[in-house]
Amino acid sequence: MAEAFKFELVSPERLLVSEQVESVVIPGAEGEMTVMAHHAPVMTTIKPGVVTVKTSAGGEERYVVFGGFADIVPAGCTLLAESAVAVKDVDRADLARRIQEAKEDAADAKDDQARSKAEQFLSQLTTLEGAILPA
Amino acid sequence: MPSLKDLRNRIASVKATQKITKAMQMVAAAKLRRAQEAAEAARPYSERMGSVLANITQAIGGGGDAPALMTGTGKDDVHLLVVCTAERGLCGGFNSQIARLARDHIRKLLADGKQVKIICVGKKGFDILRRDYASLIIDRVDLREVKTLGFVNADAIAKKVIHLFNEGGFDICTLFYSQFKSVISQIPTAQQIIPAGVASAQAEVTDGGNAVYEYEPEPGEILSDLIPRNISVQVFRALLENAAGEMGAKMSAMDNATRNAGEMINKLSITYNRQRQAQITKELIEIISGAEAL
Repeated sequence: MAEAFKFELVSPERLLVSEQVESVVIPGAEGEMTVMAHHAPVMTTIKPGVVTVKTSAGGEERYVVFGGFADIVPAGCTLLAESAVAVKDVDRADLARRIQEAKEDAADAKDDQARSKAEQFLSQLTTLEGAILPA
Repeated sequence: MPSLKDLRNRIASVKATQKITKAMQMVAAAKLRRAQEAAEAARPYSERMGSVLANITQAIGGGGDAPALMTGTGKDDVHLLVVCTAERGLCGGFNSQIARLARDHIRKLLADGKQVKIICVGKKGFDILRRDYASLIIDRVDLREVKTLGFVNADAIAKKVIHLFNEGGFDICTLFYSQFKSVISQIPTAQQIIPAGVASAQAEVTDGGNAVYEYEPEPGEILSDLIPRNISVQVFRALLENAAGEMGAKMSAMDNATRNAGEMINKLSITYNRQRQAQITKELIEIISGAEAL
C-alpha cells in the first residue's frame, strides 16, 4: 500500500476535503498529473476538470473543479479551487450556465489573445461536461 | 396629563415595539452564527492563498515580470474606493462608522488634489455618501437580492475593479469594510488591494518558503492568474466580515432597543397605576362627601 499524505481541497466558501490520501489526480493546466507522497514541490494552475482522490481508507472520491491552483510539497498537496463540488452533486443547469457564459465571453472577446483564451476555456468546459455527465 | 386610555395605548404600542425588536434581535443572532460560520469556513482559502502568493513573489523576486496589478501604475493620482456597507439599517452605528472612515479618507485625498472615484457596495453606504459626494460615485453594487453571499458576488465586484484598472481608470484601490472583532465591536478598516502589498507578502515568506518550487506554467503566468483571484478573495473576505459585523451590530442595537422599551414600559406602568389610584381616590372622596352632605 502506498504511503499516505495530506490532501486539502479548499474553495473560497469552505474547506471541502482535508484528509490523508494515497494519490490525487489533478487536472493541471499543462496536463493531468497524479500526485503521490513525496512529490517534488510544484505549483501549477489547474483547468476545469475532475479531481480524483484515492483515500488511504481505500475509497475513491471525485470532485469537479473550475480552475484554481495546486500547491504541492513533499508533505502534502493543497488545491485552491475557484469553485469545487463533488461529482455526484454537480448541477447540470449550473454547468450549462457556465458554458453559456464562456460562449458569450468567446464571442465578445476583443483581441485574438483573449478570444483564444476564452475558446480554450470553453473547450475545457465542454470536455468536462462530456466526462462527468453520462450521455 | 395624559388620560388613562392614552396611557394604556402607549403601553400597548411600546410592548408591540419591544416584541418586534426582540424578534429582530433573535433573527440577528441566528444570522450572526451563520455569517460567522461562513467567515470561518472561508478563512483557510485566504490563508493558503496568502502563503502561495508569498512563495511565488519570492520566486520571481518581486520585480521584473510582476503584473501591474501588483506593482501598481507607479502613480497615485486617481484613487478608487470600494466602500462595503450593509443593505439594511437598524444596526446601530455600523454603516455610519464605515461611511465616516471613507468620508475622512475622501476629504484627505481631495485636499491633496487627488482624483477620487467611489464604488458603493450596499445600499446604506451609497445613501450616506451620496449626500456629499454624489458626483464621485461611479458605480454601486446591490446585494439586496442575494440570500447567501457566494464567491461569485465577490468575484463580480473584483472583476469590475480589475476591468477598470486595466482601462487605466485608477491607480490605487482601497477597500473599506468593517472588521468583525466581536459581537459588540466592529472596526471599520481601510485596506489597499491594488497595488497588492508586496512588502507584507514578503514578510510572511520567511517562515516556510525555503522549498524550491517547480512552476507549471511559468511563475509570471501563474502570478498574473493568481493576483486577480487574490483580489476576489480579499473582497469576498471583506463581504463576509461585513455580513458578520452587520449582524453583530444589529444584535446589540436590538438588544439595547429591547431594554429601552422595557424601561419605558416600567415608567409608563408606574404613571398609569398612580393615575388609576388617583382616580379611584377621587371617586371615593366624591361618594363620601356626597353621603356626608345628605
